[in-house]
Amino acid sequence: MPEPQVTAELAYKHGLSPEEWERVLSILGRTPTYPELGIFSVMWSEHCSYKSSRVHLKRFPTEGPQVLQGPGENAGVVDIGDGWAVCFKMESHNHPSYIEPYQGAATGVGGILRDVFTMGARPIANLNALFFGRPDHPKTAHLVKGVVAGIGDYGNCIGVPTVGGQVVFHPSYDGNILVNAFTLGLLRADGIFRGYASGVGNPVLYVGSKTGRDGIHGATMASAEFSEATEEKRPTVQVGDPFTEKLLLEACLELMAEDVIVGIQDMGAAGLTSSSFEMAGRSGSGIRFELDKVPMREKGMTPYELLLSESQERMLIVAQRGKESRVRDIFSKWGLDAAEIGVVTDTGRAEIFWHGERVVDMPVGPVSDQAPLYKRPMEEPAGFRSRKSVPLPALQKADQGRALLTLMGSPNLCSKRWVYTQYDQSVRTNTVLGPGADAALIRIKGTTKAVAMTTDVNPRFCKLDPYEGGRLAVAEAARNIACVGAKPLAITDCLNFGNPERPEVMWEFSRAVDGISEACLALNTPVVSGNVSFYNETNGEGIHPTPTIGMVGLLADVSRRMDPWFKDEGDLVIVLGETRGHLGGSEYLWAIHGMEAGAPPTLDLQREAALIGLLQELAAKGLAKSVHDCSEGGLAVCAAECGLAPRRTLGARLELESAGLDPAALLFGEDASRALVTCDSMHEEGLLAAARRAGIQAKAVGTVVGDRLRISVDGQPSVDVPMAETRNAWENGLRSVVG
Amino acid sequence: MKVGVVVFPGSNCDHDALEWSSRLLGLPTEEIWYQDRDLRGVDLVILPGGFSYGDYLRCGAMAARAPIMDEVVAHARRGGLVIGICNGFQVLCEVGLLPGALLRNRSLTFLCQDVYLRVETTSSPWTSAMRVGEVLRVPIAHGDGNYYCDPETLGRLLGEDRVAFRYVSPGGTLDPEWNVNGSLEAIAGIFSEKKNVLGMMPHPERASEDMVGSTDGLGIFKSVMGALCG
Repeated sequence: MPEPQVTAELAYKHGLSPEEWERVLSILGRTPTYPELGIFSVMWSEHCSYKSSRVHLKRFPTEGPQVLQGPGENAGVVDIGDGWAVCFKMESHNHPSYIEPYQGAATGVGGILRDVFTMGARPIANLNALFFGRPDHPKTAHLVKGVVAGIGDYGNCIGVPTVGGQVVFHPSYDGNILVNAFTLGLLRADGIFRGYASGVGNPVLYVGSKTGRDGIHGATMASAEFSEATEEKRPTVQVGDPFTEKLLLEACLELMAEDVIVGIQDMGAAGLTSSSFEMAGRSGSGIRFELDKVPMREKGMTPYELLLSESQERMLIVAQRGKESRVRDIFSKWGLDAAEIGVVTDTGRAEIFWHGERVVDMPVGPVSDQAPLYKRPMEEPAGFRSRKSVPLPALQKADQGRALLTLMGSPNLCSKRWVYTQYDQSVRTNTVLGPGADAALIRIKGTTKAVAMTTDVNPRFCKLDPYEGGRLAVAEAARNIACVGAKPLAITDCLNFGNPERPEVMWEFSRAVDGISEACLALNTPVVSGNVSFYNETNGEGIHPTPTIGMVGLLADVSRRMDPWFKDEGDLVIVLGETRGHLGGSEYLWAIHGMEAGAPPTLDLQREAALIGLLQELAAKGLAKSVHDCSEGGLAVCAAECGLAPRRTLGARLELESAGLDPAALLFGEDASRALVTCDSMHEEGLLAAARRAGIQAKAVGTVVGDRLRISVDGQPSVDVPMAETRNAWENGLRSVVG
Repeated sequence: MKVGVVVFPGSNCDHDALEWSSRLLGLPTEEIWYQDRDLRGVDLVILPGGFSYGDYLRCGAMAARAPIMDEVVAHARRGGLVIGICNGFQVLCEVGLLPGALLRNRSLTFLCQDVYLRVETTSSPWTSAMRVGEVLRVPIAHGDGNYYCDPETLGRLLGEDRVAFRYVSPGGTLDPEWNVNGSLEAIAGIFSEKKNVLGMMPHPERASEDMVGSTDGLGIFKSVMGALCG
C-alpha cells in the first residue's frame, strides 16, 4: 500500500492545528515524510505533550527533602529512610476503558505497573480510583463489570495486590467514565533507573512483546472528545497480556540488579516514538535505529504503523556497549525477545531507517520538549456563583435513622466488597490494611516500616468550587494517611477534566491546580508524578472536574498502626475537630434531596495540619484504639462505619449537642478536618490533653456499646438503628448497580 | 528438613512460599527453576500459587508439562512430600498426582477473601498437629477453585479419608453460602492415596502472621515438621 501524500489537510486530520503545521514545516525546513507526520501528531497530542496544562502544572510544589525524583520521569520517587525508597504514580486510562472496559482498564494497570518497574522498583501495591455514570444508566453495569474484571485479571496475574481506591457514581460520567490506576513500588534509594539514552555508540535494545497494529493513535484518541462515532474506535484500544508483563517485570528487575544498562523506558502512549524521543531528549543525545529489526507480530507492517503502535508490554533499553549479550541472556531465560535495533548518537537527531532507506530524520529537541505550549483562555463558568449560593431545602425532620440507612446503602457510600473481592488483596503477604480502611497499609519486610496510601477526590465539591475541591481532596487524602498513624509524604495526581478548548474547563483546571498546590505546600506533600486527562467530554457535555489525588505516607513502626473499627464495649467515642453542619455539596443532599448545590465545606489548612499531626501522635503513643476520618456522610455515617469491622459488628450510644444546628446538618454535614476516635477511658485525659496542645477541639460524645447505633441530639432520640440492619444496607448497596 | 519452591513462568506466590518456610519456620529453602531436572535433595516440594503461563490454557495444564514436573512426580511416587497451593493444586490435578479438576468459581468471577476451613482428618503428615473439626481462617485468591470429580472418585476420596479441608461457616458447619466457589462437597483440599501429596486452593502461606491477618496457616507446616522430625 503506497503511503499517502503529506499535505496540510492530512496534517489537520492527524489533529495538528494550522499553526502547529507551520511549526512542523519550519522545524524540518521541508514537508515531513508520512512517518514523520505521524511522530509529530502523537508527540504533540495533548496526551503526550501536556500542551494545554504545562503552564499551570509549573505551579505545583515539587520539592522537599523526601523527594528523590520529581515529575518528568516515568514515576516519582520518595525516600522512606534506612536506604529504602518508594516509587509511585497514578495514570488515567479513561477513553479506552469507556470504549472497551475490560481491555481498557487492564492495559491501564499494565501501563502504570511498567512506569514503576522501569524505575527499578518492584511493584508492591495497586490502587484504583473509578468513576462511573449514574447507577441506573443502561451502560453502567456493563462498564463496572468490565472495568473491575479487567483491573483484577491484570493485577492478579502479575501478583501485585490491589489494596484500595475509590468507586464513585455520578451522572456527569455517563458518557465518559474515569479509570485512574495507581501503582507503588519499593526500591533502594540508590538504585533508581531513569529514561536516559546516553553514551555515544551504546546499543538500543527493544525488549518484550512483538509489535502489532493495536493501539495506533491511542494517544490521539485520548486527545479528542467523544461523539456518536466513538464506537468505531474500538480497534485503537490495546490488548493486555499480563503473563508477558510478569515475565518482563522479572527480567527487568533481574537485569537491573547487574551493572548492565544505561537507561530504560516503557513504551506506553505513542509507543516506540515517545520512548525513543523522550530518552534521547532527556540526555540531549541522538538516536539511530532500524525499524525492520523491530520484532513484529503481523506481516506487512509499515514504518508509520511500527512507530505509532501502542502494543503493550514493551520496553526500550539503552545498554552499556559490550554487555548487550547479558541483556539477551536474561531475557531469553524469561522467554522474551531482546532485539538490538539501533545506537545512541551525538547528532541530536532521530534517524530512523526501513530496510536501509532513511524514513525519519528530525531533530529530537524541538519534538520532545519544544512542543507547542498553550495559554488557553479561561472563564468562570456561568452559574458558578449562583450554584454556590442556592438556599438549602427544608431538611427532613422526621426519621434520621431512615436517612442514615439510605446513605449507608447508597452506591457512593456502600461497601465496595463486590469490587475488591475480585482483586487479589493479599499476595506478597504485606497487606496490613486493605480495602475498607481509611488508607491501605503495606509493611516493608525486614524493617519496622509500613507505607500508607490512598486516593481521594470529591467531584461534587470540585464542580461546586474547583479551588476548594482541590484543597479538600489533598486534605482528605492526608487525613486518611494520618488516620492509620502514618506521616503524609507526597502525592501523585490524575487531573481528569473536559475539553480544554472551552474556557470554563480551563478555568476549572487552573483553579483546581491552585487549590492542590496550596494544600500540598501547607501539608508538606509535594507533587512527584501524575498525569492530565482532558477531553473527557461527549457531545459537548463534560465530566465534573476530577483531580484525583493519590497520596503516600510512612508509618515508622507498623505495630503502632490504627484502624477505623470500634474495639471494645465501654470505649469512649471522641469527636476531633469542629462540627458546623456544612451540607453544601454533601452526600446527604444528593442521596436524600437529589440536590447538588451549595459551597463545599471551608478548610483551614493550618487546622488540618494540626489534626494530621495529632492523629499521628495518638497512634505513636497508643492513646487511641480506633481512628476514622469523618467526611462523606458526616458524623452519623462515620460512626456507623466504625461499627462495621470485617468480622465484628458493634454499636454505640452517642449524645450530641446541636448548638442550634438542624439535626440533619449536625448528623450528616461534611465539615472538613474531623475524625472520630475511640479510647480506653484510662487514656481519656491524655487524649484530650494532646488535642488541647494541638489546638484541636475534642469532645467525648458517648461510648461503644451494644448492637444498635443510637444518637440523641440535645437529649432527644434522633437515630436508633440496629447495626445488623445497617450492615445489611451497606453490604447490599452495590446490588442496585451490578445485580 | 529441606524445602524447594518450584518457580514456573507466571508463578507469583513463590516469594510468599519461600518466606513461609524460610523466615517464618526457619527451614532451609531454595527456589527450583521449572526447566531444571533436579530437585537437589529437597524433602518437601512446594508448587506455589500464581498464574503459570498466564492460565491462558486450562489452569496448570502447561506447567504440568514443564521439565521439573517429571522429578516432582518421581519424588511423590517415592513417598516424598509435595504441597500444591492454588495454581499448584491445579498443576497437581493436571499432572495426575491428585484426582479431579478445578472449575470456574460459581460466581464466574475471581474471588479474594478470607474463608473458613474445617480440618477433616488428622491422619496425614499435613494435619497431624491439628484437631479434627478445628476451623482455620485462611484467604483464597482464585478464579478457578471450584473442585469437581466424578462420583466414583468422590467415593474413593471419602472412603479413604482423603479430604483434608472443607469450606465451612465461621462456626464450623457446612453451609452453601460459605462454600464460596461452589466446590463439590465443599472440598477445599485433598490428599493423594498415601497422603504425602496435598493440594489446596486456600493460601496457608498468607495466613501465618498476625500482622497480615491470621496465623491459622502455620499448622500445616508444624504438622509436617512434627511428622518428619518426630
